[in-house]
Amino acid sequence: MPSKPAGTLYRGKVGMWSWVLHRITGLAIYFFLLVHILDTALVRFDAEAYDAVIGTYKTPIIGLAELGLVAAIVFHGLNGVRVILIDFWRKGAKYQNVMFWIVIALAVILVGAFAPRHLMHVFHLG
Amino acid sequence: MSVVIEQPKSPRSRKGAKWEKWGWMYMRISGVVLLGLIFWHLFSNLVMGDGISGIDFAFVAGKWANPWIQLMDGAMLWLALIHGTNGMRTIVNDYTEREAIRKTLVVTLWAVCAALIVLGTLVLTTFDPCIDPNAVNYLPEICK
Repeated sequence: MPSKPAGTLYRGKVGMWSWVLHRITGLAIYFFLLVHILDTALVRFDAEAYDAVIGTYKTPIIGLAELGLVAAIVFHGLNGVRVILIDFWRKGAKYQNVMFWIVIALAVILVGAFAPRHLMHVFHLG
Repeated sequence: MSVVIEQPKSPRSRKGAKWEKWGWMYMRISGVVLLGLIFWHLFSNLVMGDGISGIDFAFVAGKWANPWIQLMDGAMLWLALIHGTNGMRTIVNDYTEREAIRKTLVVTLWAVCAALIVLGTLVLTTFDPCIDPNAVNYLPEICK
């Protein structure tokens, strides 16, 4: 029976999964950006139509999706800083692993602080 | 008839490589600027005030009364859309196998990018708060 391939420095580890997450969050943010430019463009044409479309952003389901969007943006932005440090900082490649966990910790703190505030607005609490 | 085989080590194109390098630099420079612009955008729209529940036409009109905010939103539009389009181009380059499909997708990506930049810039620079029938109530000195 063939044994499982031994992991490499890259495959199956933080280097690979951070890359996968960066790509998926980037893709999701891109498609939201297209929609967001189009919905905002309504302010030039029809104030009531803009209010109606932005009203859907305030519904519970889309409100929860916004939390996911913010989480994706926070991860993509912070991991982008990690990528820049790997490229330009002399010790970047050496510390890429620990920097990934710093990115995750900061993202959890920021999204954790944002979530109750946002949910309060979406569900009209407080 | 002699067959000339290209040196395997010869670079595909010097010019293309140079463009790729500028694209690579652009992702990092715009990325740092966008980190500041978008975190500020999320904070001022979703955290401060009434968050998402406070956003409507009047909210946008109030923000764009400040030319600095208009400038920042314009910068965000250009930087983010080009950053996103270039990222999508990388994804297309990675996963398409036929050159014709790859080229079609990349050209489509840049066409969408150009169209939305033109649209967004026009919306931002020609914005008129008085198209709102209620604007006379909250902007009485401008809209009569």
